[in-house]
Amino acid sequence: MSTLTEAAPPQAIPPDSGQPAGSAPRTRRKLTPYWLLLPGVAWLVVFFAVPMLYQGSTSLQTGSLEDGFRVTWHLATYWDALVEYKWHFVRSFGYAATATLLCLAIGYPLAYTIAFKASKRWRSVLLILVIAPFFTSFLIRTLAWKTILSDGGPVVGLLNTLHVLDVTSAIGLTSGDRVLATPLAVVCGLTYNFLPFMILPLYTSLERIDPRLHEAAGDLYARPFTTFRKVTFPISLPGVVAGTLLTFIPASGDYINAQLLGSPSEQMVGNGIQKQFLNVLDYPTAAALSFILMALILGMVTVYMRKAGTEELV
Amino acid sequence: MSRFFTWIRAHLVVLAGLLALAYLVLPNLVVLAFSFNKPVGKFNYEWNEFSTDAWTDPCGVADMCQSLSLSLQVAVLATVGATVLGTMVAFALARYRFRGRSATTAMIFLPMAMPEVVMAASLGTLFLNMRIPFGFTTILIAHIMFCLSFVVTAVKARVMSMDPRLEQAAQDLYATPVQTFLRVTLPLAAPGIAAGALLSFALSFDDFIITQFNSGPTTVTFPMFVWGASQRGIPVQVNVIGTAMFIAAVGLTVGGQWLGNRRKATA
Amino acid sequence: MTEQQSPAAVGGDVRLTGIGKTYGSFTAVHPLDLTVPQGSFFALLGASGCGKTTTLRMIAGLEEPTSGTVLIGGQDVTALPPYKRPVNTVFQSYALFPHLDIFENVAFGLRRRGRKDVKKQVEDMLELVELGQYARRKPHQLSGGQQQRVAVARALINHPQVLLLDEPLGALDLKLRRQMQLELKRIQTEVGITFVHVTHDQEEAMTMADTIAVMNGGRVEQLGAPAELYENPATTFVANFLGQSNLLPADVTGGAGEDLLLSAAGARLTVPRARCATEARRVHLGVRPEKITIEHGSAEVAEGRNRLAGTVVDSSFIGVSTQYLVRTEGGQEVTVFEQNMERDARVVPGAPVVLHWNPAHSFALDAAQAIDAGTGEAAA
Repeated sequence: MSTLTEAAPPQAIPPDSGQPAGSAPRTRRKLTPYWLLLPGVAWLVVFFAVPMLYQGSTSLQTGSLEDGFRVTWHLATYWDALVEYKWHFVRSFGYAATATLLCLAIGYPLAYTIAFKASKRWRSVLLILVIAPFFTSFLIRTLAWKTILSDGGPVVGLLNTLHVLDVTSAIGLTSGDRVLATPLAVVCGLTYNFLPFMILPLYTSLERIDPRLHEAAGDLYARPFTTFRKVTFPISLPGVVAGTLLTFIPASGDYINAQLLGSPSEQMVGNGIQKQFLNVLDYPTAAALSFILMALILGMVTVYMRKAGTEELV
Repeated sequence: MSRFFTWIRAHLVVLAGLLALAYLVLPNLVVLAFSFNKPVGKFNYEWNEFSTDAWTDPCGVADMCQSLSLSLQVAVLATVGATVLGTMVAFALARYRFRGRSATTAMIFLPMAMPEVVMAASLGTLFLNMRIPFGFTTILIAHIMFCLSFVVTAVKARVMSMDPRLEQAAQDLYATPVQTFLRVTLPLAAPGIAAGALLSFALSFDDFIITQFNSGPTTVTFPMFVWGASQRGIPVQVNVIGTAMFIAAVGLTVGGQWLGNRRKATA
Repeated sequence: MTEQQSPAAVGGDVRLTGIGKTYGSFTAVHPLDLTVPQGSFFALLGASGCGKTTTLRMIAGLEEPTSGTVLIGGQDVTALPPYKRPVNTVFQSYALFPHLDIFENVAFGLRRRGRKDVKKQVEDMLELVELGQYARRKPHQLSGGQQQRVAVARALINHPQVLLLDEPLGALDLKLRRQMQLELKRIQTEVGITFVHVTHDQEEAMTMADTIAVMNGGRVEQLGAPAELYENPATTFVANFLGQSNLLPADVTGGAGEDLLLSAAGARLTVPRARCATEARRVHLGVRPEKITIEHGSAEVAEGRNRLAGTVVDSSFIGVSTQYLVRTEGGQEVTVFEQNMERDARVVPGAPVVLHWNPAHSFALDAAQAIDAGTGEAAA
């Protein structure tokens, strides 16, 4: 009887009581949380939510910069944008999905190594090396890929010797003995740019796994790969879901890699939006494009999260 | 030979991990190496000759250091703004239950789940339609907007993990609510706030997409400068700045950790 | 400490009247009245979620009562925030400020009240708990026992009228816990402050407290001195939670002078009327396992003792004693603790035995209660 363990006292605070969770009730002021929220949330409403709605109305306007724009419920903008940019959309999601899978394939072994194979000292060194590239302007780093993948450079030479480029040319990822200005270069850049966003959530979820679980699985006749498939991977699923979302979403809206490492025939939706907004000044089309992009991403993310069975990411 | 393959098999995961790490670090090494290049022509993509010219004269390029200073100003102000606003929101979410809590959480989450180009174009559209001239202010507004969510997430995680008994203990030991906040809550939440602020700084300093849609002709941040240079010709000094940032970041992180370890060991 | 002008001198009775706490539809504490006399060591004992911690937190001001009032030393403090109450708390897992060193942790309360001479007082207090050389360490650099002493020092230095202890020893290992129990008891005797101690450990409560309130389901089941609660439990919960009891369903068949006659487990037994907590005809007859003598079935039993025949089902050797499980002829199982002095080699599983005890050690409880309340098996 004396071994009964004492849990915290019941703290079942009914919702909406305006009561600080577990703090002195006398300091309760129903309005306190709202005062705290007001500036930050107002900022997001005014500069994030309102612009989104505004963009919706812009996409239904017609006119020109000189004469002004007017809402005319011109739904054809959407249709025209889709027709003109359908291949941009296909490429956006195709490249983003490929990059996400590559990030998972490349990032998982590294996250696993940091979480389970590295000593404590090495763990922090490796983590620093994963995060540190963040602090160099990503444009500069992306431009560095132009050097790495340059025609006649060592990387291209190696790929050529190994006849990898023959294979990738055959399936349309590269053309001739070039890597730059091909889909491969864009996917390579996207993978590189968003790899840390995959590794960090993976590491966080792997790091929580008690190494004794591996021993227990081994004790229960699981071979190392079975242990990974049946124990480690399922437990790390939240990290996989978070990592894939953090990679896929920004990658599908990116236009920098396509611009710097690709040619006009690798352009993505982001390039289209950027061009319409900054060069053509056709704001309704830019708005329609980003609205379609947003809707498609939200739809895909919702379906994906349903399938993956996790809705708690924040 | 078979022993070699056994060894490879046993260390397959680690080898794959190290290859991934090489993939991550390689561009930084290239940036470092090419900061000592003396390129032929305007672009710095092919190795020509070793030179320390760029390191001895980092500001020798027109407008680059102005853009760097503009980026620093924006990043500092955006960090302060996002950290203050975000910390307040984080405390509200972590410490109170109130009507609209889940709506607020969704509102915080959305900017992080939105491609930057969508936010960039929509905010730009708003400024255009409101006839607000693009410039320093619009950049700052945009940066605070997208940094806010990251601060909230970092601070909220920290505040949620704090033992509520510590603040109760302070109250029990005669600290008024204000004293409790200043002497216990704030110091305890500081690591989360610092993490959020650091992240904001890095995000704001490095942002390109949102800045490109919301800046004016005279407000060229450092990433905007690099972008422009990538079309016209890249000075080697860009690599110098990139390398210096990398070294400073690694140095700060390692130094911070070393200090932390030392304090733990001796204090 | 006595040379200090101590608020404890004013008198530190804690009086709770009709105090209760509900969270929505869940009642954590049913309105209860409780008086903790000045200078006593009072324990609130119960299992998880019985309301003992909530009661403590209402005294500290960390929880607002739904009803009732809290008086400390005659002053109504119900409406006062924690930082205005003359009480201090030793928190569960201590709640030492991780960002402050030991000295500043202990000095915290004095500084908040703007006291002079903080340095001297803190040094004296750290000497008292033998932590003088650790003043500049951070809490995480101290062992569990040392952290516990810091938590006590941090509270006591303020000379509260009442010291509240919320499972203060829960995080310590068994040996250290025993040591700290005696230590806390010594400190309490020395400073003479009222201690209110919340614990789920019945041994700890009995070792340290003058008075114990046993709580269950948000109510006080019984209140009294440890020996009184143990010897004369008023409910099946107390009988089972405090130590161990054999409870046998019994019918009252009559009376004989000071005694009640019962039939239970196929035998005729007696219990003093004074030790019968009910008027009911159906009762649970209780007897503590160590009060029972176990002998081989062939032994003679003196007249006037309660007597049950049965068979040994199981026996386990526990060092100082041996624990037997006996099935009586009536089919009930009875536990017996026998000191390992002169063991009868014939008392082994399967052997016929006779159990007997002094009727004055029996007690009777109303059979309307669950017979297994307070055992590990009953839903706690």
